[in-house]
Amino acid sequence: MEGPLSVVLKFSHPVEMMISVVVGMGFGFALERGGFGRADNLVAVFYGRDFRVLRVMFSAIVTAMIGLYFLDVAGILPLSSIGIMDTFLGAQIAGGLLLGAGFVVGGYCPGTSIVAGVSGKIDALLFMGGIVLGSGAYTLSAETMAPLADSGAKGKVLLHEWLHLPSGVAVLAVALLAVGAFVLAGRVEAWVRVRAGLAATGAIAVPAHAAAEKERSLA
Amino acid sequence: MEEKRPYWNPYLAGLVLGLVLLASFVLTGRGLGASGTFKHLAAAGLHAASPTYAEENPNVARFFADPTRSSLDDWIVWLSVGTAAGGALAVFTARRFKVETVMGPRADRRYRWVLAVAGGAMAGFAAQLARGCTSGQALTGGAQLALGSWAFMFSVFAGAYGLAWFLRKQWI
Repeated sequence: MEGPLSVVLKFSHPVEMMISVVVGMGFGFALERGGFGRADNLVAVFYGRDFRVLRVMFSAIVTAMIGLYFLDVAGILPLSSIGIMDTFLGAQIAGGLLLGAGFVVGGYCPGTSIVAGVSGKIDALLFMGGIVLGSGAYTLSAETMAPLADSGAKGKVLLHEWLHLPSGVAVLAVALLAVGAFVLAGRVEAWVRVRAGLAATGAIAVPAHAAAEKERSLA
Repeated sequence: MEEKRPYWNPYLAGLVLGLVLLASFVLTGRGLGASGTFKHLAAAGLHAASPTYAEENPNVARFFADPTRSSLDDWIVWLSVGTAAGGALAVFTARRFKVETVMGPRADRRYRWVLAVAGGAMAGFAAQLARGCTSGQALTGGAQLALGSWAFMFSVFAGAYGLAWFLRKQWI
């Protein structure tokens, strides 16, 4: 075979949608078990207290990247046969900055808010409502936003093409970058823990009085 | 009460998530995503209010191009249906479901709710501008080594770290 199964086997629309549901189930299950169903677990990364988000994300990217690399080299799933993300540098940098800001303001990103919403988190349900509002606002202002949305358009450019490197070198470099980030994250966590005066064994637990206060506020 | 199941080791969770993403590429040629579903929901709302406006808006017109099929009958919406189902399956089997507002020990609950809506609105607007969110851009494009997706990912961290200090009372 060559290319995605849905193309090779010419799946009908209902079959493809059913596959999407199954893939989504795996996605939601992994996010919840990874600890992404609560805002405090997620934003802890932005305060250097728990780099779980970075560890999960980078190991997921490296896993899928290595898989894609070998499937491409073997000719089973050529990269040209899948939907490569287009590059619009200006839009992606501006959108990324705003999405990051929304992440620390609201506590979630779109995917994690779905999982937190079904976990019973009221704040996540409100966040989801906010996404619909923001999304609708964009649609209403799409024409105004078009110059920014189309800025820095480069088409389908991959990191190694941009850096003029063989793809294998880029794959290896990204994997090493991830390992380096994991090591650095552990050091930062230890430093923040000492600095915040938290018990070395309690790791990321909040101090007792703060925990008690939180319990009260939730009651 | 029975004990909650602990979270997975983060590297294991990442490995599983990466394999789900890879399976998605192999099965359908698409990655993961979430923000597209919210765009569809907002568009369906606009369409209900004014069909002509929605059908002529260049941002969402294609959702309504096929009159024989609901605009919501799209792969990204089905993926999110699965995400909700998979998340629910995981949270209930781990005995972790709990109705609550998640916030820092010093935060005010009402203010937290306002910020949750505001943050969601920022994220919804931003994801449309960037053509994807943390899953659609950072994870999917990151694994493909797409240049713009990597720029997006670093920008997300920069935006969040840049604002974190001002929001510390909400979280720590």
